[in-house]
Amino acid sequence: MSKTMRGEKTSAGDKSLNTTELPASGLIGSGMEGGVLDQVRGYFLKLRSGDMGALPAISGFVALSILFTALSPFFLSERNFANLLTQAATLVMLAMALVFVLLLGEIDLSAGVTAGVAMSIFVVLSNPGGIAMNWIPALIISLLTGVAIGLFIGFFVARVGIPSFVVTLGLFLGFQGLQLIIIGDGGLYRIQEPTILAIQNSNLPAWAGWLMIAVMLLISLGTAMMDRHRRARAGVPNRTIILLWIRLGVIAVIGGAIVATLNQNRGTGFLAVSGVPIVVPITLLILWAGTFMLDRTKFGRYLYAIGGNAEAARRAGIKVIGVKWAAFTICSTLAVVSGVFSASKVGSVDAAFGRDIVLSGVAAAVVGGVSLFGGRGRLIHAAIGALVIAVITNGLGLLNLPGGVNFLVTGGVLILAATIDAASRVRAGGSLIRR
Amino acid sequence: MDGPIIELSDVRKSFGPVSVLKGVSLKAYPGKITALVGDNGAGKSTLIKGLAGVQPYDSGVVKFNGKAVHLTNPREASALGIEVVYQDLALCDNLDIVQNMFLGREETSHGSFDEGEMERQASETLRTLSVRTVKSVRQQVSSLSGGQRQTVAIARSVLKSAKVVILDEPTAALGVAQTEQVLNLVKRLTHQGVAVIMISHNLVDVFQVADYINVLYLGQMVAEIETKDTTSDDVVGYITGSKTYAGVSE
Repeated sequence: MSKTMRGEKTSAGDKSLNTTELPASGLIGSGMEGGVLDQVRGYFLKLRSGDMGALPAISGFVALSILFTALSPFFLSERNFANLLTQAATLVMLAMALVFVLLLGEIDLSAGVTAGVAMSIFVVLSNPGGIAMNWIPALIISLLTGVAIGLFIGFFVARVGIPSFVVTLGLFLGFQGLQLIIIGDGGLYRIQEPTILAIQNSNLPAWAGWLMIAVMLLISLGTAMMDRHRRARAGVPNRTIILLWIRLGVIAVIGGAIVATLNQNRGTGFLAVSGVPIVVPITLLILWAGTFMLDRTKFGRYLYAIGGNAEAARRAGIKVIGVKWAAFTICSTLAVVSGVFSASKVGSVDAAFGRDIVLSGVAAAVVGGVSLFGGRGRLIHAAIGALVIAVITNGLGLLNLPGGVNFLVTGGVLILAATIDAASRVRAGGSLIRR
Repeated sequence: MDGPIIELSDVRKSFGPVSVLKGVSLKAYPGKITALVGDNGAGKSTLIKGLAGVQPYDSGVVKFNGKAVHLTNPREASALGIEVVYQDLALCDNLDIVQNMFLGREETSHGSFDEGEMERQASETLRTLSVRTVKSVRQQVSSLSGGQRQTVAIARSVLKSAKVVILDEPTAALGVAQTEQVLNLVKRLTHQGVAVIMISHNLVDVFQVADYINVLYLGQMVAEIETKDTTSDDVVGYITGSKTYAGVSE
């Protein structure tokens, strides 16, 4: 590993080290020492050790984008770019929801139909043809439905001890029926609440897009500075600050390019359409909050610990049952959020709403680098994986290929991603079977 | 010499009709290594689980620093400073050394992790144990060797000023060099005034490091001896029941 090498260098008294950053007490290394070059070298060693993170998915995204740009003149247009983001939003949110249970080594096959049931309840409650309730309480009730379903799954998985595959497969079947009963056979409700429709169909004003980037940069800078402050206070070395500036620079350039593109007029008629779709900042906010929770709070750490070794977690005094319960609840609730995105995009909810998407969500997470065995993966990985799958759907759609090709390619990419992951681990001396 | 930090007397435990511990006594002293030996089924694990609070004893007195205590769950044991390093190493492969050492007792500041503080404490603990084999405290545990893992597990147990560390077969799965490393580490624990209770099947290890040897035979403590007063042959005799030790009444 990177850090191994760093330690050796320290003892060898390497001249290139920035010695002022080394702790005076001579602590054991942490891989944070040294300049940019050391860090870059460390990163490559980490890659070689089989810890590739989201790199394969990002490469896949870039490669597919280049491919489709070459094949279709429409792919890189502003209009298609905005379209891609809104098409992907549902899958991104669902894949992020699933990460919480995948990290435990569990699965939620009912995440899609959970969204279906909750959105069925929403439309029946809020539609003028239904109960005609105000949309805000209706939305709250449908989110609470997600919470309740998560608690229900968590009870059977964590408390009773039934494998999550079985419990959620049962719910997957059962909820399709529940949805039919709520909506009525062959029924379809149009979404009529403008606020819900706006999520996927309206855009931020130009200034708000720039504000969004500024806020992202500030939050990124703030958390990094907080980390540095705490590490300095404890007397352990910080990574060289140049890396932080590079990271912020990358966010600024890529984010800026995206916002600038989306702020162009992409309307086809008289009406100008421009701006960042509203769904984007909502997704980014949830991504940030979830990542903060997973990386920096006890709950998040315990999710990884349980996924890595549940017995070790239990012996360390972690309340495994409670953590699992919470994870399923978060998953189901975020699944309902993905349902809201989907309903906003499609504009209606029918009895089959959410039935087909859950396996795509799992595939997205795996493509992004989340392990089905638990303990490994991040929310951003799932989001990138979902973008890869969305790009395939979007790009193949532009090429006017038959629908079957889309499924074939998506499946192939999934297997390819899993193979790259497994192969890199075997080469690093790991096991093919587990992690 | 100081009094024992842990003193068990007449501890009993049965599972249904099977009585596993039939009135066992045990003492462990600060800065000393007390080995607990015995054949499979002698009750070693049951004795340890009671001390760890995992499986409370049915009856008997547990004294900690001379005061009677009740250990009914692992948190209580941990709060007193009793830590157990299990045979199958309760470590998470997917977490790094610092994360493993602090698992379940992370340092937080305003609700989020204070990684700097945790890293420093982990690093310092490893250094006070003179651990040299670990190059970075941010290595994932999956990349460590068996001996290094055992080192991390032991360091984890003393991170929060443990008074008593119970080691369950610390050298069972290790090679020669790694066994040596771990035994040295165990000795260094005692330099910090920790009372070590070590379960082992390996009498060579036991005679190398232990100050006292306690032999369990079918739920009874048949011998409590200072290591220097006995021989390997005698201990084997006590373990198998072919010899009896006169120093224990009953």
